[in-house]
Amino acid sequence: MDTIVCVKHVPETAEAEIAVDSSGKGIKTEDLVFDINEWDDYAIEEAVLMKEKLGGSVTVITMGPEDADKTLRKCLAKGADKAIRLTDKAFERSDAYATAKILHKAIKDLPFNLILTGTQASDDGYAQVGVILAELLGIPHATMVKKIESKEEFVRVNRELEGGLEQVMEVKLPAMLAVQTGINEPRYVSIMGIRKAREKELKVLGLGDLGLKEEEVGESGSWITMEEMFIPPVEKEAEILTGGPDEIAAKIVETLKARGLV
Amino acid sequence: MTEILVLAEHRRGEFRDVTFEMLTKGRELSQKIDADLTAVLLGHNVKEFAKKLADHAKKVLTVDDARLEDFNAEAYQKVLSHLISERKPLLTLIGHTSFGVDLAPSLATELNVPLATDCINVDFEEKKPIVVRQVYGGKVNVKASLHTSESYIVTLRPATFEVQEVEPLGGEIIEIPSPLKEDIPYKKFVEYYEPPAGEVDITAANILVSVGRGIKDTENMPIVEKLAGALGGALACSRPIVDKGWLPSDRQVGTSGKTVKPKLYLAVGISGAFQHVSGMKNSDLIIAINKDSKAPIFRAADYGVVEDLFKVVPTLTNKILEEKKSSS
Ligand SMILES: Cc1cc2nc3c(=O)[nH]c(=O)nc-3n(C[C@H](O)[C@H](O)[C@H](O)COP(=O)(O)OP(=O)(O)OC[C@H]3O[C@@H](n4cnc5c(N)ncnc54)[C@H](O)[C@@H]3O)c2cc1C
Ligand SMILES: Nc1ncnc2c1ncn2[C@@H]1O[C@H](COP(=O)(O)O)[C@@H](O)[C@H]1O
Repeated sequence: MDTIVCVKHVPETAEAEIAVDSSGKGIKTEDLVFDINEWDDYAIEEAVLMKEKLGGSVTVITMGPEDADKTLRKCLAKGADKAIRLTDKAFERSDAYATAKILHKAIKDLPFNLILTGTQASDDGYAQVGVILAELLGIPHATMVKKIESKEEFVRVNRELEGGLEQVMEVKLPAMLAVQTGINEPRYVSIMGIRKAREKELKVLGLGDLGLKEEEVGESGSWITMEEMFIPPVEKEAEILTGGPDEIAAKIVETLKARGLV
Repeated sequence: MTEILVLAEHRRGEFRDVTFEMLTKGRELSQKIDADLTAVLLGHNVKEFAKKLADHAKKVLTVDDARLEDFNAEAYQKVLSHLISERKPLLTLIGHTSFGVDLAPSLATELNVPLATDCINVDFEEKKPIVVRQVYGGKVNVKASLHTSESYIVTLRPATFEVQEVEPLGGEIIEIPSPLKEDIPYKKFVEYYEPPAGEVDITAANILVSVGRGIKDTENMPIVEKLAGALGGALACSRPIVDKGWLPSDRQVGTSGKTVKPKLYLAVGISGAFQHVSGMKNSDLIIAINKDSKAPIFRAADYGVVEDLFKVVPTLTNKILEEKKSSS
């Protein structure tokens, strides 16, 4: 099984203070830590597990800035064989459609049986890139994949539906699968492991190498144009209980008592 | 006449709520820009079904084909690309659900029509759609426009638009012959799979203590277990806790887990992503403990505690135990 895994280098924002930057169209990223998109960590793991079981190769690819090499090296340390970074000034401000077009140009002539992506990127949350890429490549796809069994000519996958229900589908190879978190247990890699992976190949390609025109990518090649980024207005906000832990605990107990909950 | 299409979503003989949410939004938009509102129903033996949609749309287009009985993005895409190419609706609304996510991006690519996904609002400015989306786990919103085109596709986030009781529209039901000619060669629906039920039914509990990634390590789980025990409640969780295998999947609250409505929902170290919140927002009383004052969970909660859970939770557990002892 030759697999290509699309990974995105994203800021960790769950616990971080976030502020909109002066352009009004992005967030301040100086103080943020960037890492592999959570969903993509499961995708690379799935590819490496398949390689360990069935043989073949794993190539990781990202469209992003030079700093994204950290994510690529992490994937190489996890067991990927080769890495490709697509970087060009013209790629900036690409939406999911433009991103998929860029990835398509880089992938279309590579040999593969399977392409894996994450269900969504935790930053922009489009949940589109893999499916658009599949359509551009003319191959079938399945999203929200929680289980993959590979057969000769096809894969049997469980797609996650709402409410815990799953849908079992058979998808002919070559195919694109967008994986969901929880499909496996992503392995941990040490700093040493990442350092060792420096020997593996990491190729960098730009606009010209991919045979793309400037207007096909970036904002002009996108479906959507960002007008404005803003912190959401507060419609309803919790009453914040203040004080030391003791005081807070006492206030909660009072509230619960008033409602007959303790 | 300008047309807005709404793709009805159904599964195993039942409409999904998002269908009526989209029709409500579609109706508002159709009045604003003077467009026809048309529901699209793809399936097998769906005549009776169509009648229900007719209350909510001017027209109901039905395509009846055995290959459309269970959702298969390949078959759905073929039919929809045919319908959209023929009718050239200004806007097509699809749910941002497990179906819509599998369908909309490839459909838009095939048709070369701009798509905006997971929108929490859509409006028109000069016949051009403007959408609002959430990014960075709901901490930031984006207002965006779509590139000028004859036709647009927008997927709407479920459980975001309130369904309004309205005068039935008495829409006309139009049967369209299935455009599916050849086989569906690439994708086959095999079956539905329902994971077996576990021991604890969190949907039946009056009190839920729900734990998220803020707990950091499986070794810390006793901290919240004790709180749940002191309150006489059950332990629930957000998705990452199940993904890591720290609790079984039947404890997960949210779109891909359970929907709960307890008397008390105590969220500990949960950020409040919309997929989580839509599973618990109707609880009677919501208290959230999170050290990040900007966490979206505080927009869903009645009471909030902005503190380190490791400081507050053990103290709270003790206070509750004391209270119970003194009152018994
Ligand atoms: C298709 C799909 C379906 C999904 N379905 C579900 C679902 O059903 N249920 C669900 O929950 N999620 C679901 N998700 C995932 C969802 O998007 C979020 O990723 C998830 O809910 C985040 O879980 P969390 O809040 O526990 O973790 P995080 O977002 O990482 O948040 C952790 C929180 O803990 C706080 N914290 C950290 N340390 C402390 C401390 N010491 N004291 C206090 N607070 C602390 C942080 O400030 C942060 O807010 C789904 C996603 C997708 C794409
Ligand atoms: N810039 C990128 N480079 C490589 N892969 C990407 C990029 N953006 C998105 N992807 C892939 O597409 C998936 C879905 O992303 P999105 O459609 O942006 O939510 C991610 O999980 C990645 O696997």
